[in-house]
Amino acid sequence: MQFLSYLISGLGLGSVYAIMALGYSMVYGIAKMLNFAHGDIIMVGAYVAFFAISGAGMPPAVAILLSILACTVLGVVIERLAYKPLREASSLAVLITAIGVSYFLENGALILWGADSKFFPSNIFPQGGLTVGSLTISWLTIITIAVCCIIMILLMLFVGRTNTGRAMRACSEDKGAATLMGINVNAIISLTFAIGSGLAAVAAVLLASTYPSISPTLGAMPGIKAFTAAVLGGIGSIPGAFLGGLLLGVIENLSKAYISQQLSDAIVFGVLVVILLIKPAGLLGRKVSEKV
Amino acid sequence: MLKVENLKVRYGMIEAIKGISFEVRDGEIVTLIGANGAGKTTTMHAISGLLKPASGSITMDGQDLVKMPSHKIVSLGLAQVPEGRRVFAQQTVEENLVLGAYTRRDKAGIEEDQERVFDLFPRLKERRTQLAGTLSGGEQQMLAMGRALMAKPKLVLMDEPSMGLSPLLVKEIFHIIEDINKQGTTVLLVEQNARMALAIADRAYVLETGKITLEGTGEELAKDERVRKAYLGG
Repeated sequence: MQFLSYLISGLGLGSVYAIMALGYSMVYGIAKMLNFAHGDIIMVGAYVAFFAISGAGMPPAVAILLSILACTVLGVVIERLAYKPLREASSLAVLITAIGVSYFLENGALILWGADSKFFPSNIFPQGGLTVGSLTISWLTIITIAVCCIIMILLMLFVGRTNTGRAMRACSEDKGAATLMGINVNAIISLTFAIGSGLAAVAAVLLASTYPSISPTLGAMPGIKAFTAAVLGGIGSIPGAFLGGLLLGVIENLSKAYISQQLSDAIVFGVLVVILLIKPAGLLGRKVSEKV
Repeated sequence: MLKVENLKVRYGMIEAIKGISFEVRDGEIVTLIGANGAGKTTTMHAISGLLKPASGSITMDGQDLVKMPSHKIVSLGLAQVPEGRRVFAQQTVEENLVLGAYTRRDKAGIEEDQERVFDLFPRLKERRTQLAGTLSGGEQQMLAMGRALMAKPKLVLMDEPSMGLSPLLVKEIFHIIEDINKQGTTVLLVEQNARMALAIADRAYVLETGKITLEGTGEELAKDERVRKAYLGG
């Protein structure tokens, strides 16, 4: 029973990683860049929700929507100002810029909101949980897992079935050929950043509700974990990000429970190394090969 | 229909196209022949907007293509079959075709054109649910052509459609190009296979290191001593 409880809370944590990993993975898939500022967009999302609820006294649902809106706009603006001018630049330049944006956001938050951590309101989701026999699962965990599954299904349908989704996949394969089809590649990239950043806000609210102490660096570690999850599952793949996120959360939680609290992160990254040795493209990633 | 005037294209310091002018008239097959590196693909990319020219003008039915964002050029009725096919390997044959019609909103017309493409290329119909990456080279070429036709273009640019194909398939592809033209689509064809290209072309231009050195009807150039020596193996 104990094991089951660790497993389920691991799935809850993993669902947050998965939602973040989706943002990383989609942006990588379309724009072919690692947006290392993704974790910091999550931090901004958490602060927006915090101020909306604790500061302005908005109802949680409105605050969440506001946070999604703010992150979406932030993501699109960052792409326009920082990444778009570098479309033809080397990937190293883009990577360094992304790290720069990350520092900019962290330090901007430090100036604006101070280094002291703030306490994220606990009234967003219902307290308590569902009790089955001797096992109690918190509502937050249940909601987190459900939200993650819904997002994943909606994204799969969107990318798989709609015209815009097809255009996104076309851009991810060959931007020149996509342009020849009449696809506005820049608009697709903006849309991808908008979706990824909007999801970051959802992840932010779920994460801050799980670990209610928020500070300007709150996005850093989960950001790296989400990146790891995306790579683990196969970066660029939506189901890969989902699977990678869940797996990471479960491994992290079980290692904390059964092996060592301190070593859990090392174990998580160790698993990444082992899996990449066996499957270099990640669990569900496609091998990159070119047919001439 | 398409008019290129004094076109210059640069890659950094290198001038790849040194001021060329040519035109494609309604209903024609026009071919641009030349050796590797003569600037054929560069010219194609400049027309479809993938490359911005250094100077000169490109107009289609009087509209300036140079100033237009490249993704809007398709809607004017100009589609391209790019060099190396560039089909979307991870998408099915049918999805590739639907992407070809991305700028269109007339659902009935799109379905009709898909049937037309399947009539031209029955092999694509058999493989409609297969991923494009699993097709053979010839089938991918057919898909790239079908995908371009899905835009319902007035003018289609074809860049080296015979590249890497067996002689038998090359013949088939050239027959289909003639068919497409007979059905009312104007064709601008870029080819290294000068013999085949000149055989079907109404008019032709010879491109040599960024300049047009000869022009004439397909027949004239096929008989021209210089062309025979340089491109037709004597």
